[in-house]
Amino acid sequence: MTPGDTSYPTTLLAELTYRCPLHCPYCSNPLRMTGARDEMTTAEWKRVLSEARDLGVLQLGLSGGEPLARPDVEELAAHARSLGLYTTLVTSGVGFTRERARKLRDGGLEHVQISLQDSDEKTADLVAGIKVVGQKMAAAAIVRELGFVFSVNVVLHRANIDRVAEIIELAARLGADRLELANTQYYGWALENRRALMPTAEQVAAAADVAEKATLVHKGRMQILYVLPDYYESYPKPCYAGWGKHYLVVVPDGRTLPCHGATQITTLRFDSVRDRSLHWIWQQSPAFVAFRGDEWMQEPCRSCSRKAVDFGGCRCQAFALTGDATATDPVCTLSPKRSIIDTAIREAAGSPSYRYRYISLQKAEAH
Amino acid sequence: MTITTAAIPALWRLARIEFDPVRQQRVLLYPEGVVLLNDTGGAILELCDGQRSIAEIASVLGERYHCDVTADVLEYLSQLIERELVRVH
Repeated sequence: MTPGDTSYPTTLLAELTYRCPLHCPYCSNPLRMTGARDEMTTAEWKRVLSEARDLGVLQLGLSGGEPLARPDVEELAAHARSLGLYTTLVTSGVGFTRERARKLRDGGLEHVQISLQDSDEKTADLVAGIKVVGQKMAAAAIVRELGFVFSVNVVLHRANIDRVAEIIELAARLGADRLELANTQYYGWALENRRALMPTAEQVAAAADVAEKATLVHKGRMQILYVLPDYYESYPKPCYAGWGKHYLVVVPDGRTLPCHGATQITTLRFDSVRDRSLHWIWQQSPAFVAFRGDEWMQEPCRSCSRKAVDFGGCRCQAFALTGDATATDPVCTLSPKRSIIDTAIREAAGSPSYRYRYISLQKAEAH
Repeated sequence: MTITTAAIPALWRLARIEFDPVRQQRVLLYPEGVVLLNDTGGAILELCDGQRSIAEIASVLGERYHCDVTADVLEYLSQLIERELVRVH
């Protein structure tokens, strides 16, 4: 890539498939998901990984859906290693058998991230919409046994956030090197289920306190990363340090996005690596160029000193909540539309009733 | 935590240094993170072997660059220790 206005991307999230045995109602995948027959082939994915490395990518996430739903993850991980990429398998743990794990390790996969839903088995299965806790525990043991770097990821929401201390203990007991405690971000299925997922201000404050103390207790053994619940913040999150700056996502059918939530922005068209090189998409495609720099910004962002800190916040959230992708992220207390967030916080109440994640249009409600 | 020159630094066991042919520079890779290293940073980190103290690292580099780099080495490593990418004992 030639030097110019665009920087080199460092990270590629490869969403290999939307297929997943779990049905978590906070999934960040889009509501309308493509099925297996639209997925790219092994050869296409290998080409994408090679192009990504040439473009400067150093970190690769093999994700989904459940990436292990594809029989070629081992081959893709080995290809990534041969290119010099640092690869993370982002998995539910379902399908992570000893045999597949050995192949992945022998191919050079370094890092495995397993999602857990809760420390309480019953609630975990209720949220996943399927009984998989046993398989996850077995997968975690295999990760340790084979010597992978091991991360646990837990999405926090109203039904599990009060157990954050127990969740931290569980991750430590499983031998995690890293624990990501990620407060739900409201995209895709999570936005659909926002009322049922949103914790209260009291819950959020208590959990932050527990996480902060635990970070010190586990320091040096298990790193704890606490992802803030942005609705309860005064300023928005910086969208991957800027739109189209360091990060790109390729979805199962080859479309390439600056952020995994970007398909929500229906005013943008996303080019596919099936039609264009990744290089062209990164440098020139209209979707990647759209929100680079600050020319696109409106007030109050345009004249705000924080625009260099948070870039006006998340474009996907701005579009999803205001209908305008160039608006200030309404999480920002300087946004004229902050009331959208405050209303959402106020309206979240009662006992959770989820709309579960399914690829087809079928709906399922919780008991 | 104040770091002294007697401390013995080592890379976090989950991090490794690679040369990136695209950027033509060394990079520090770790789970879901990247630090692009300039020449000096790369030179410092390559000496963090869990054996040498910060004073000894500064001494090796001081000879190479013909000046006292102790304060720079200490400051650079303190930042990475703060980010837990370098551990000391």
